Amino acid sequence: MSTLSIKRISATASPAPGIRSTPEYAKLVDISSCIGCKGCEVACKEWNDLKVEPTANFGSYQSHKDLSAHTWLLMRFDEVEMSGRVQWLIKKDACLHCEDPGCLSACPAPGAIVQYENGIVDINHEHCIGCQFCVTGCPFDIPRFDKETKKVYKCNMCVDRVEAGLEPACVKTCPTHAISWGSKEDMLSLAEHKVDLLKDRGFENPVTYNPAGVGGTHMMYVVPHGNHLADYRLPANPTASPLPLTGLGVLKRIGAYLLGVGVLSSLVHYLTIGPQAAEDLHPHDH
Amino acid sequence: MTNHWKDIKNADVVLVMGANPAENHPCGFKWALEARNTRRAQLVTIDPRFTRTSAVADEHLQIRPGSDIALLGGLVRYILTNNLHHADYVRAHTNASFIIGERFSFEDGLFSGFDEATSQYDASTWEYDRAPDGYVRRDVTLEHPRSVFQLLKQHYDRYTPERVAQITGCSEEDFLRIAKIVCSTGTADRVGTIMYAVGWTMHTVGTQIIRTAAIVQLLLGNIGRPGGGINALRGHANVQGATDHAIVAGILPGYLRVPQPSQTSLASHLEASTPQPLVRDTANYWGNYPKFFVSQLKAWFGDRAQPDNEFGYHYLGKMEEDATWLSIWDQAHQGKLEGFIALGFNSLLAGPNVSRLLEAMAKLKWKVVIDPFMMDSAEFWKAPGMKPSEIDTEVLYLPTTHWIERDGSFTNSGRWAQWKEKAIDAPIGVRSDTWILSELFWRVKELYIAEGGAYDEPIQSLTWNYLNPREPTMTELAQEINGSDLTSGRRLSSFGELKEDGSTASGNWLYSGSYPEAGNQMARRATEDPTGLGMHHGWAWSWPLNRRVLYNRASADQDGAPWDGTRSGIAWNGREWIGDVPDYGRTTPPGAMGAFIMTEEGVARLFSPLLKDGPIPEHYEPVESPTVNVLHERVPINPVLRWYDGIRETLAQENDRHAYPYPCTIYRVVEREHFVTSNVPYLVEAMPDFFVEVPEGLAAEKGIENGGQVRVWSRRGEVQGTAIVTKRIGPLTVNGRTVWTIGVPVHWGFVGITQGSMANELTPFIGDANTGCPEFKAFLVNVEAVEKRG
Ligand code: SF4
Ligand code: SF4
Repeated sequence: MSTLSIKRISATASPAPGIRSTPEYAKLVDISSCIGCKGCEVACKEWNDLKVEPTANFGSYQSHKDLSAHTWLLMRFDEVEMSGRVQWLIKKDACLHCEDPGCLSACPAPGAIVQYENGIVDINHEHCIGCQFCVTGCPFDIPRFDKETKKVYKCNMCVDRVEAGLEPACVKTCPTHAISWGSKEDMLSLAEHKVDLLKDRGFENPVTYNPAGVGGTHMMYVVPHGNHLADYRLPANPTASPLPLTGLGVLKRIGAYLLGVGVLSSLVHYLTIGPQAAEDLHPHDH
Repeated sequence: MTNHWKDIKNADVVLVMGANPAENHPCGFKWALEARNTRRAQLVTIDPRFTRTSAVADEHLQIRPGSDIALLGGLVRYILTNNLHHADYVRAHTNASFIIGERFSFEDGLFSGFDEATSQYDASTWEYDRAPDGYVRRDVTLEHPRSVFQLLKQHYDRYTPERVAQITGCSEEDFLRIAKIVCSTGTADRVGTIMYAVGWTMHTVGTQIIRTAAIVQLLLGNIGRPGGGINALRGHANVQGATDHAIVAGILPGYLRVPQPSQTSLASHLEASTPQPLVRDTANYWGNYPKFFVSQLKAWFGDRAQPDNEFGYHYLGKMEEDATWLSIWDQAHQGKLEGFIALGFNSLLAGPNVSRLLEAMAKLKWKVVIDPFMMDSAEFWKAPGMKPSEIDTEVLYLPTTHWIERDGSFTNSGRWAQWKEKAIDAPIGVRSDTWILSELFWRVKELYIAEGGAYDEPIQSLTWNYLNPREPTMTELAQEINGSDLTSGRRLSSFGELKEDGSTASGNWLYSGSYPEAGNQMARRATEDPTGLGMHHGWAWSWPLNRRVLYNRASADQDGAPWDGTRSGIAWNGREWIGDVPDYGRTTPPGAMGAFIMTEEGVARLFSPLLKDGPIPEHYEPVESPTVNVLHERVPINPVLRWYDGIRETLAQENDRHAYPYPCTIYRVVEREHFVTSNVPYLVEAMPDFFVEVPEGLAAEKGIENGGQVRVWSRRGEVQGTAIVTKRIGPLTVNGRTVWTIGVPVHWGFVGITQGSMANELTPFIGDANTGCPEFKAFLVNVEAVEKRG
């Protein structure tokens, strides 16, 4: 497991704040500088050893119709008309790493989703029970279920790179520097600067996308036409609406995902004993 | 490029036309965004399609493929009628004041000197008016009716906004909006750059399109200045290097000339190739041609190149037939070509009219393909529709190392030669290009030694002095190219040291100084930038002489003061020029000679008597065009094209415009690099299939659905693929009629992870009047919805 300090764990009372002061990181995607080259998309696959999926052109420059367990980052291409002018909206779609992650709150499996102090929201697949509550819990429709492994996958912000002091693979690859990486604070002020620049260039409604409903995000966007968020497929007011963690519905659904009694009892154990025992969980040994 | 990649950040206006750098040069394109983001530069695209570059541009203007000269000519007129030109620059640094001879004229689409019988111009009617002393007459007031300035005004007077709109298909208002931005840099404190690529060169008027752009830039005073220039974006990492080392037909390394059959002696070749000064105050640097040429012969033939055998001049082939791409394949088509060695490219997919090319290839006795990957070109006999049993061509495929598996240099678009290390080992058994070519040389030579043969002297005399003569190292080759003083044996540090007497050798004069005694300059990696303009003189090495901006003398006024002190190219401090490596004598005072030291005129040419198709660019339609030429109906297309036998019949004729109503253009996409990436799984995943871009309005008319299948056909062939129905190509109104444009990418063939139609099935077998570069970028097609193929 990671040496990163943990801030929050799914289905678990929050751990006591650690003593180490870790910086909170953020990635900033400047849509006005993105040329849709998919360098980041490919880098993401390469770094994370994600397999090649068979794709077919479906009438778009977009490679895949949607994100998948094997494609955590998808460049979306949408043509729209705004005040009589054609715009080609090209947007990097991947996990936003919310401050209040809907996935994490929705997740009933102890330790399956963690949020580190640095802001990264990550799935621990050894603890993921494949119930897909996170999928419904995510206001941005990011996590994807894989039928083969019966687990859920998404961008982990290249946590292994970040832990080693490197920027995420997508950031490193971007040829136009459309993606920036740094402390959340620095990225917020960079975003402000970029928004000002866009105003200078005559854009009427540029905004920083860092929605309050989820406590802000650790991937933020600079959106040139902030009054057209829907065209960029960005929800205007996303919220983390956690599902209840208890109740028959949950257990039924969990049951549907072939989990043995061992896991269920571990789950109960985890829910009652707390995070300290997280390392004792072995969901596969039952 | 006259300038270099990083220099684009210094521009106030970036015009991208005939290029799509976001797509094809994403890494270099960041500097255009840097200009946009840090200087508030305006980024403008002019293109038949709204591209990924347009997606981040401030302005986009859609024009019809092949109407570029009309558009640019319109800009010239806009500049001249609104007095937007940089008057001091134009007077000091261009041939605006030169007087043209009385025989020059232009009427109804033809320049003076046109010979109907040969379809060629007699360029002597375009010559300058000479004074009795032999030098050109000038009128610095620019008012003489035959001054270049006035002739230019007169010529482009026809290119009114209305005409521009009528030809290109854009609206007058849109043209004027763009013209206002692009032509806003004709002042000392503003600079604009132009980025172009094969979107300009691949036309029957390709060279003239680029000339028109050069005229725009010269009138605005943008050539030679940081942030300015006319910048050719080269397609692959080392295309610039390949060009410098003579990949183009008709030149020897360093842009020296291939001897003509009429040049029966070295002296006659030198005389014909060495320009004479046209004014008193020009450096006329090409006057040094004999030094470059003789040194090259010495590099090639060493001790066997002596004064008494004209330094081996007769060992060089004399070019009877031009050896451009189309001519080669025309010869093959006629069955006159025995064999073909293709190294470093996919020769089947890279040329126009694939079916004709396949016919031609099938007539070869043998074909050798040297490449890291098995590819369509090596398997042409398996192409769809071919009958392998009927083809006798013997094909040899030699796997060779990929550039990532060997060291050497890349020369980028900005002329920076950058040394690179090998990154990974080649697979076992795979040989380098240098091994293969050396081996070829030795086997031929050994055959000559053993058996003798007709005229074996050139091969027998070739120098091959390498430590391992069967596989020279890249370092040895680089040093040989750099050249040396044959008396002292020391490597040269500048082409200024080259001699005409055979005492120096240099494989390519332009690269003299890249590998002097001090070491490999191309391998330097100092990141300091004292100029603050991104010149980085300690990073790698750029030709010539590590100069970062060509013609930089023109970045300063007549007294040597920079037009703009914040973006100074070079500046005269009273004793010497400081800043960039001066394109001028370092201690030559400002007024001593013209700023453009390479020309006989000493200044830049607004009017150029050197091209085959006219001294002032004129709009001619593509050979397949949806409209008459509204400027001169009787001369619709470039009148001096080379027509190979049987080609007219492969073109849509005027009377079947209705059968092929849509202009079409071909291009690349960022996910793929030409054809080589069809072997890279992640990149194929990112852009899997061949597609056709169809404008929304046309799709509605034709019942074409987004994601559905379409067939596109020209007089020459057809393609089929997925339709991308798009808003990014709008309707144009060309000469009163609605015209829709179709787009087709080039990356597919029948070899690779995914297969798809070959775009060049559609393209015409006809090339630019000067370079022979095929007209890939503008031709006519039809389109329909079809069922998906089985
Ligand atoms: S941060 Fe890493 S995992 Fe996430 S999208 Fe970027 S490259 Fe992919
Ligand atoms: S690498 Fe950068 S420019 Fe390319 S698609 Fe990703 S964000 Fe956009």
